[in-house]
Amino acid sequence: MNVLLIRNGHLIDPAAGVDAPKDILLKDGRVAEIAGAGKIKAGNGVGSDVQVLDATGLTVAPGLIDIHVHLREPGQGHKETIATGTAAAAAGGFTAVAAMPNTTPVNDSPEITRWMLSPDRGACVRVYPIGAATRGSKGEQINDFAALKAAGAVAVTDDGHPILKDSIMRETLAAASRVGLSVIQHAEDTRMTQGASMNAGAMAFKLGLRGMPPEAESSLVERDIRLVTELKDSRVHLHVAHTSTAAAVAAVRKARRSGLRVTCEVAPHHFLLTEEHVGLYNTNAKMNPPLRSAADRDAMIEGILDGVIDAIATDHAPHAVHEKEVEFENAPNGITGLETALGLCLRWLHKEWKLPLGRVLSLLSAQPAALLGLKGRGTLAVGSFADVVVFDPKAEWTYHAKETRSKAHNTPFDGWTMQGKVRWTISEGRIAYSATAPQ
Amino acid sequence: MNASTATPTVRRQLQTPHPPVSAFPYNSGSLLSVMDLDLAAISHLLERATALENQDPLTRDRILFKRRIALLFYESSTRTRTSFELAAKSLGADTTLVSSLSSSIEKGETLKDTGLTLRALGAEAIILRHNSSGAPWLLEQETRLPVLNAGDGMHEHPTQALLDLRTMLAHLRPGVETVTPETLSGVNVMIVGDILHSRVARSNMLLLPRLGARVILCGPPQLLPESAANVGAGITVERDFEAALRNSQVVMMLRIQAERLAGLQLDQSQYKEAYQLTGQRLSAHAREALVMHPGPIIRGLELTAGVADGPQSAILEQVRHGVAIRMAVVERALTAGKGGRA
Repeated sequence: MNVLLIRNGHLIDPAAGVDAPKDILLKDGRVAEIAGAGKIKAGNGVGSDVQVLDATGLTVAPGLIDIHVHLREPGQGHKETIATGTAAAAAGGFTAVAAMPNTTPVNDSPEITRWMLSPDRGACVRVYPIGAATRGSKGEQINDFAALKAAGAVAVTDDGHPILKDSIMRETLAAASRVGLSVIQHAEDTRMTQGASMNAGAMAFKLGLRGMPPEAESSLVERDIRLVTELKDSRVHLHVAHTSTAAAVAAVRKARRSGLRVTCEVAPHHFLLTEEHVGLYNTNAKMNPPLRSAADRDAMIEGILDGVIDAIATDHAPHAVHEKEVEFENAPNGITGLETALGLCLRWLHKEWKLPLGRVLSLLSAQPAALLGLKGRGTLAVGSFADVVVFDPKAEWTYHAKETRSKAHNTPFDGWTMQGKVRWTISEGRIAYSATAPQ
Repeated sequence: MNASTATPTVRRQLQTPHPPVSAFPYNSGSLLSVMDLDLAAISHLLERATALENQDPLTRDRILFKRRIALLFYESSTRTRTSFELAAKSLGADTTLVSSLSSSIEKGETLKDTGLTLRALGAEAIILRHNSSGAPWLLEQETRLPVLNAGDGMHEHPTQALLDLRTMLAHLRPGVETVTPETLSGVNVMIVGDILHSRVARSNMLLLPRLGARVILCGPPQLLPESAANVGAGITVERDFEAALRNSQVVMMLRIQAERLAGLQLDQSQYKEAYQLTGQRLSAHAREALVMHPGPIIRGLELTAGVADGPQSAILEQVRHGVAIRMAVVERALTAGKGGRA
């Protein structure tokens, strides 16, 4: 029997409305009991084989949930594997990650979904595969969503590519809603972004790079919202991946006010960095959507503070070192994010911009869980999965990419000051990560 | 999902992370951008160009005698390649040319590996022409050798801007080699045509205003986005070609870079109607102006043959200045510590 007692920590569970010192007993992968700090004693009716974690001075919260990661398997194991990606997730306090289907081959079948979920992959936190919306993510022919869902997929998307055709997107939204799946759109009108490698504007002009206009994102978000409106079906759920522009957030805000089920996420790099961070062709500042203008970045902060943004998702996109050591235009898009998300959110959203800790944690756990309907996750209410992160909310530390558990080092946050050091990450009652020494 | 009713107001007062400070150039002999050079360094290069041009070839070739310089060319080139090569050889250096065709680049070797290979072969500096913007920064970071940017994608062509400056000075400020923020005060330089794809335009836009010149960009919106004026101080956009001509002492014409248009449709006859530099336009609006062109010129498109060969044309003179400027730049590359960085 696997019993863990987390004693004397300060529990913050936004979904359950808890913000107080508590003891938590985890048993058989579930939350068994919660009581006032110091109330649960090992050996006192909970068995003597209990492992006790002393969380005095630490925050205890539901394990973080990242609904947008690239674990690269199958087929791109030189960048990342499910084992290394989930190890990085655990180090970053994440206990569940939703894996995008742009693998090789694309995860457009129940077989690949099941392969990803096999214990042979060595995942150390929970993996939720997201299925491809269309065959090969080519945007032409929609997949069998019922079969994907039965195999374990929690949403559908063609991430990395948009679902561009109106008819295919309409069909995807309708078919996914019939089986209770969300549709995640990579909103990029690729007809406006051919050959482009950063945000369009003065900076791109100065660097001699072709730019991706903000309208390439916002126009597709607006198109998708129109399709949702036309479908007149409350089951339809559109989720906009990695929003990066003020106009896209404004469109989501408007849709929400008219009662549509339209949600969105933002990545830490889009609320922290701007196109200026591309500097002199830093390929670790190249991603899609690109780093935008300061006004767009400010709109992401605004959207987080005012609540229109539903989740923080990293878009963790590992690449081998040699793949990023090339000309900027030829470098692949994406940066890693799992190990830096909590530290950046606490450092900036909480400390600098005064977003209450409970709301920061909600954006990283309760809300993403609700968004994809991940039952028993994102809360530590009794009976939930024993997915827990224990961290020191005050600790400041420096992130060093070379110490990462990911296979990849492609991050613009190397050497940045983080706040909030993860002490333990517990996945379904097992310690998935333990800091080597308390900092 | 807590639907929000709050009205967003951008919170400008928020503290946000600062962009990192650039570590480039790693090697003080590198010339990646015209921004690597402060006015003192530019003055030094102009002085050395003249001194080297006038020096006895038999003593001049002791300066870099037997030093090894690699020319790494991913794009075709006549002027730039030949003048860099002649410049290096005039100083006594051994040069070797690697071009993307007929080398292992064709087999998939990366820029990093090609650079490391050249360094292992003894190259002490690399002159790089590349079709990707920013490639010289990558090469310098990986090799830490002096890298001379001989044109990167749509980005910069610093030696072209320097030779253009030398050409302008010869006509407008004869004898001046020490430049100041006022040296080109009152001079309007118009750059006409395909600004979007032009590295020559970008380097000139970043260089000339620092010497007091005003740069007037002129071209159709497809080839000249409004955002071009935001690149730096002293740059304006003027769509009316003849109005710009009336205001300019220097007219720099550019070729339409068909190889970089990427699907952009352009009506040639309309373009010529609006922006071709003809003898008639020149005599009507800019009788005194110096006509420049970085080459290659397309006679009958951006300018007429008559203008190219006419008395106001400095096109071939620019080519001659190129060799002198590149001697100074190559010398600076291999005599580290001199010249300095901005």
